[in-house]
Amino acid sequence: MAADTSTIEHHGAPGTRSAGWAKVLRVALLVLFAALVLMPMYVLVVTSLKSTVTPSGAWSLPTDLSFDGWVSAFERLAPALVRTVVMAVVSAVLATILGAMNGFVFARWQFPGAQTVFTLFLFGMFIPYQAVMIPLQSMMIDVQSVFPWFEGIVVLIAVHTIFGIPICTLIFRNYYATAVPKEILEAATVDGAGMWRIFRSVVIPVSAPAAVVTLIWQFTSAWNDFLFALFLTNRNNGPVTYALNELAGGQNPDYAQIMAGVLIASLPTLLVYIVLGKYFIGGLMSGSVK
Amino acid sequence: MRTSTTRSAALLAVAALGLSACATGGDSGGSGDAGAGDASSSETNSAEAYEPKEGGAGGEVGVFTWWADGSEKKGLDALTAEFEKQYPNDSFVNLAVAGGAGSNAKAKLASDLENDNPPGSFQGHAGAELTDYIAADQIEPVNDVMAALGGSDVFPQDLLDRLTVEGDIYSIPSNIHRANVVWANPKVLKEAGINEPPADMEAWLADMEKVKESGVKTPLHIGGTWTQVQLFETVLLSDLGPESYNGLFDGSTKWDSEGVKTAVSHYKELLGYANTASDGDDWPPSIDAVYKGDAAYNVMGDWAVAQFTENDATEGEDYTYFPVPGTDGVFDFLADSFTLPKGADNPDGSKDWLMTVGSAEGQLAFNKAKGSIPARTDVAADEFPEYQQSAMEDFQSDTIVSSIAHGAAVPLAWLTDVSSAVAKFYSAQDEEAMVSDLTSAAEKHGQ
Amino acid sequence: MQRPKNWLPGLLMVLPSIILVGIFVYYLIAQNIWTSLNVATRRVVVGGKFEERSIHEGGYRNYTELLGSADYQHALWNLLVLTVVFVVGTMIMGLLWSILLEKGVRGEGVFRSIYLFPMAVSFIAAGVVWRWLLSPAKGEGAAIGLNQLFVKLGLDGLQSSWWSADSRWNMAAMALPAIWQLSGYIMALFLAGFRGIGEDQREAARIDGASEWQVYRHVLFPQLSPIALSALIIVGHMSMKMFDLIYAIAGPNSYTASVPATLMWTQLFAQRDPVAAAVNATIILVIVAVVVVPYLWYTNRTERERG
Repeated sequence: MAADTSTIEHHGAPGTRSAGWAKVLRVALLVLFAALVLMPMYVLVVTSLKSTVTPSGAWSLPTDLSFDGWVSAFERLAPALVRTVVMAVVSAVLATILGAMNGFVFARWQFPGAQTVFTLFLFGMFIPYQAVMIPLQSMMIDVQSVFPWFEGIVVLIAVHTIFGIPICTLIFRNYYATAVPKEILEAATVDGAGMWRIFRSVVIPVSAPAAVVTLIWQFTSAWNDFLFALFLTNRNNGPVTYALNELAGGQNPDYAQIMAGVLIASLPTLLVYIVLGKYFIGGLMSGSVK
Repeated sequence: MRTSTTRSAALLAVAALGLSACATGGDSGGSGDAGAGDASSSETNSAEAYEPKEGGAGGEVGVFTWWADGSEKKGLDALTAEFEKQYPNDSFVNLAVAGGAGSNAKAKLASDLENDNPPGSFQGHAGAELTDYIAADQIEPVNDVMAALGGSDVFPQDLLDRLTVEGDIYSIPSNIHRANVVWANPKVLKEAGINEPPADMEAWLADMEKVKESGVKTPLHIGGTWTQVQLFETVLLSDLGPESYNGLFDGSTKWDSEGVKTAVSHYKELLGYANTASDGDDWPPSIDAVYKGDAAYNVMGDWAVAQFTENDATEGEDYTYFPVPGTDGVFDFLADSFTLPKGADNPDGSKDWLMTVGSAEGQLAFNKAKGSIPARTDVAADEFPEYQQSAMEDFQSDTIVSSIAHGAAVPLAWLTDVSSAVAKFYSAQDEEAMVSDLTSAAEKHGQ
Repeated sequence: MQRPKNWLPGLLMVLPSIILVGIFVYYLIAQNIWTSLNVATRRVVVGGKFEERSIHEGGYRNYTELLGSADYQHALWNLLVLTVVFVVGTMIMGLLWSILLEKGVRGEGVFRSIYLFPMAVSFIAAGVVWRWLLSPAKGEGAAIGLNQLFVKLGLDGLQSSWWSADSRWNMAAMALPAIWQLSGYIMALFLAGFRGIGEDQREAARIDGASEWQVYRHVLFPQLSPIALSALIIVGHMSMKMFDLIYAIAGPNSYTASVPATLMWTQLFAQRDPVAAAVNATIILVIVAVVVVPYLWYTNRTERERG
């Protein structure tokens, strides 16, 4: 940063304090980067509001505002959107509950070999899902032949919950390691409270900061997942990423509809980040950053 | 710590391996009848004709296609309406998957079949592509349905041969398309001083140069990889002639022969006149480019007519068409056909669907809407628009060859390798590498 | 440890997860490896007759066969280019943004949200826009997407055919949308790290006469290195399994943009070769493990040392 000020002075900044210029430069850079980051967003919004779209005219502003793209995209995505909301919320909640239980044990109630199990869990966080996809797919079909209701979003809820366990466990473990002091637990144990009661009455009430992070994280990753959706669902029971891919894959693409579809499919996660982004960064400090 | 982690991980892995050993069986099932039977392919095993119940068998019939958009969807809708009229007891469930000329759909279908979750019927390109499903024991013979429809009395024998394996017919053809058609913009050609279609590749390349000199930067328009494969196959056909072209698939023409090498250089020269495309591009933008005059030519199957119609283009004025130079009198064909998957929930319902697909009424309704020509020979031509009438005539009189890009000539695994070679050539432009890639693909997958 | 009575409830509480992770991670991985070692034959139709063909000899030869094929080497090379550009680009952008923001600027929250928002968008959704932005055609009239923008701005020299370019380095362009998506996340990580360092430490360094640059170089950056390592691992392993973005931008079966993760899709469904797909999946797993396992071991050890 400070090294950069020389460049701006080079352009001739007469007699101003260099700290002031550093600040101007910093804001200028921030604005420039913000513009770059928002560029694809601009294309999306502008295109979604046009009545006729040609690929070569996509940078220009719409001459005639039209919401047809939004309406038709919403109609096509609506059933998948509903399924995705259910899927993302349920799997986020389930993974958070499991993560809190595991995190508490790994941080404060260790059993012999707990560290090893924890490390094995962590590896599960990093595995490429391709490495399990082929057997997973046939396993899911086997289950489905016994329980016909085990399809579509039910499968995705199971899969996202299970593959979300490692990261949720990690976040809660790191959080409890600082947020739940050993002394409180010892005091509670002396009072005769069992592990379950301590978890319920001492640990859960202070879990909100970590839970916000895992809920946001799980919700977003379940919402945005395409790989599992592609392998395990179909157009009639798949989530919104699947539906969006179909919408965008048509032969005579209706660009306004597609771009509106992208925005609609992204709105819930965007809202989550805008509304809860502060807690997310706050939670990152107590969570995965270690 | 470290050693104990590793040891327990290893233990777990070993335990799991032991379990999976029991779970994964061999996949050699269904190979028992390999090589059995020496019925020649033109003879069909006899079967009693299928007799549909009055009004249909009842129940749902899920039909899997990649006809999710535009004229294809209109065709499917027309066919569905006919099905509901003929078999009111059955209810049609649309399982269409959009995108990528069927490549998304085929992948999805393969995964459904692999997982014993077959639809009631699915669309496949007649010919080599279907043999994948036949060999994998995923579809059943439909000799009875074909017998009920009238067999070779109403379908061309040439076509039936391509649907027959060891005496059994495995699908009911619905429609036929031609792949070796050049779509051109007459105004652009006139501007460049070109008055008649070129006779061969050299003449066509000379015309391209004229078009370029007249100020059109990209005389030829191309799309993504599969459109390039289709263009390349028509160049092969032009340079080799139909007989040697057919030989590419039974081993009698070598893929590193002089003819193929000439075709590769011609193809390279053609690409020099083309726009910049990326692998995933679809075909309609190319037709739009020809219509708008941004390009003079595009090689595309005759489903392109529907795209011109979409633009309200007039034949002769806004667009014109001719066989790919050097392929006059040859019909590079692909046919869609419908199957009966093994283990379908409602096989009689599926057969009802196949009866509609193969019926004269079904073929008329479907093909009029889709812009293709009927597979049946007894559908009156005068019900169709001009282009389709000419295609129907050509199909009767021309030499028939099978399309590579659309799975009529080669199975999917072979096609995948050809596609890789063509995609690689698009950027590297290395003729020798292309010839050697094509040769090794043929060695791997051919006879 | 102490008596089972004390630790048993803990084990029971984790047991459901142990079973689930055991089955869905380790058992399935083992099963995939098992599949990858199979002998495979395929029945094909040749000249109207069935014929049985061997397509995989089984055992380690399945691996040497795939690793030796030109198409797979092409995919591995693409992956290497993609990963290097993606990781380096994301780390640089993330660090730069966090440095710009860490001292507090008016409207910090707005900038932070803007930088973070691409992370909320799915790869499949972002791919739709980027597919268009990275269109390969160049020049007045033909160019669309970014190239068209460059032409309009008079920066014709910046035009590129992006990932469709005839170059060994074409996959660098595919890293652009990925950098766009994840730089904000890395920024958030670094920002959290900066905020965790007390103002007193900077003050102390300044009193000692350190310049602003020296404060960063000698006081702040060293304390961020654990975060940098985590960020590196997170971004790196994401790159190695990246599928959605390439699928959305280049199409499902693109050769030009193929990486092992997308090639697996082609092998499994277009080539109908689950054995080759399983071999490929195992190789991806090994590549990721080579990076991640030492990291897990290292964090494990440092945590133990800290107590």
